[in-house]
Amino acid sequence: MAKAKLKEHRINREWCKGCGICVAFCPKEVLELDEQDKAVAVRIEDCIACRMCELRCPDLAIEVVVEKQESAT
Amino acid sequence: MAVNDYIRERFFPHLWCAGCGHGIVLNGLIRAVEKLGMSRNEIVMVSGIGCSSRISGYMDFHTLHTIHGRALAFATGVKLSKPELNVIVPMGDGDALSIGGNHFIHAARRNIAITAIVMNNRIYGMTGGQYSPLTGPGMLATTAPYSNIDQSFDIVEMAKAAGATFVARTTTYHVHQMADIIRSAILHEGFSVVEVMSQCPTYFGRKNKQGGAVEMMKRMKEITTPIGSKKKVENPDLIERGIFVELDKPEYCSEYNQIIERAMGGY
Ligand SMILES: Cc1ncc(C[n+]2csc(CCOP(=O)(O)OP(=O)(O)O)c2C)c(N)n1
Ligand code: SF4
Ligand code: SF4
Ligand code: SF4
Ligand SMILES: [Mg+2]
Repeated sequence: MAKAKLKEHRINREWCKGCGICVAFCPKEVLELDEQDKAVAVRIEDCIACRMCELRCPDLAIEVVVEKQESAT
Repeated sequence: MAVNDYIRERFFPHLWCAGCGHGIVLNGLIRAVEKLGMSRNEIVMVSGIGCSSRISGYMDFHTLHTIHGRALAFATGVKLSKPELNVIVPMGDGDALSIGGNHFIHAARRNIAITAIVMNNRIYGMTGGQYSPLTGPGMLATTAPYSNIDQSFDIVEMAKAAGATFVARTTTYHVHQMADIIRSAILHEGFSVVEVMSQCPTYFGRKNKQGGAVEMMKRMKEITTPIGSKKKVENPDLIERGIFVELDKPEYCSEYNQIIERAMGGY
């Protein structure tokens, strides 16, 4: 069975309006707003690749890119 | 297809305010269409005027941006002339239920296969925060500075009473449910109404001291519950979300085709 593993967060800084929705609802507190009020992933190692940030972004500014990984054998 | 293949990237970043719920509806709609595997060519999006209605400019389907309140009338014409296409009509609460209220109930009564998505932010967002028929008593709006005294419609009850054969409600917090419901609504052969509780932080949120987009979305989680849940029995004020009606009834375009056949002597 394949399990999603995070590769990267692609954040479009031109489109992000700093609403903070992705930050507030990330179950693992992976994201923060930087000094320019743009979303950034600061605790990447905690990300469970649930994609809630991507699905709730009103600006289509965040994409969770995953690697397909075989489950542990 | 990638998400950006469904939109007109040249119009992004879009014009909606930071945290506007309408952007989350756009996001959910893309996921729904993606799951359906439909080609952009099979979809026509018809909208009126309002912040919500701008969505038709952003999506890369066949799109028609018409006049305030009349989107369903235009959509009826499109659907009757090309019944093989999927017609989606995103509307604002004012668009759908004040100026467009009559179009709304009669499209439901006819059971024409159109998917109506009411992006309900309980306010006229585009024109500066006037109260709408969904604002509700006790709330503040720029035109109700001492609080609103108008009772509000219940979109679900109204759609049911008018004869819609698919009726559902969801919120911008519940994005998985939103995408699933929109998908089912598009597949439904009849008039489908999906109320999406959406947030306008700029007017409704600010006027009513509900905080920003994040607080407004937390609130949607708190004030809603799945249909038939135990929580609703304990707290009748909770708003139910889910699919209320899914009925099989004669669809308008199919009935109309039979009339054409009969008129041509083909019975
Ligand atoms: C015939 C007509 N009447 C009034 C208007 C002005 N007008 C534009 S949008 C709007 C209401 C917007 O509210 P809603 O439909 O709830 O959409 P929202 O902006 O909140 O998404 C009004 C009254 C108009 N454009 N055309
Ligand atoms: S939800 Fe989107 S627009 Fe809002 S802060 Fe996050 S990335 Fe930016
Ligand atoms: S994918 Fe999930 S865990 Fe990872 S940053 Fe987004 S919301 Fe947080
Ligand atoms: S005014 Fe309200 S509805 Fe319009 S874009 Fe801004 S937040 Fe959204
Ligand atoms: Mg509105």
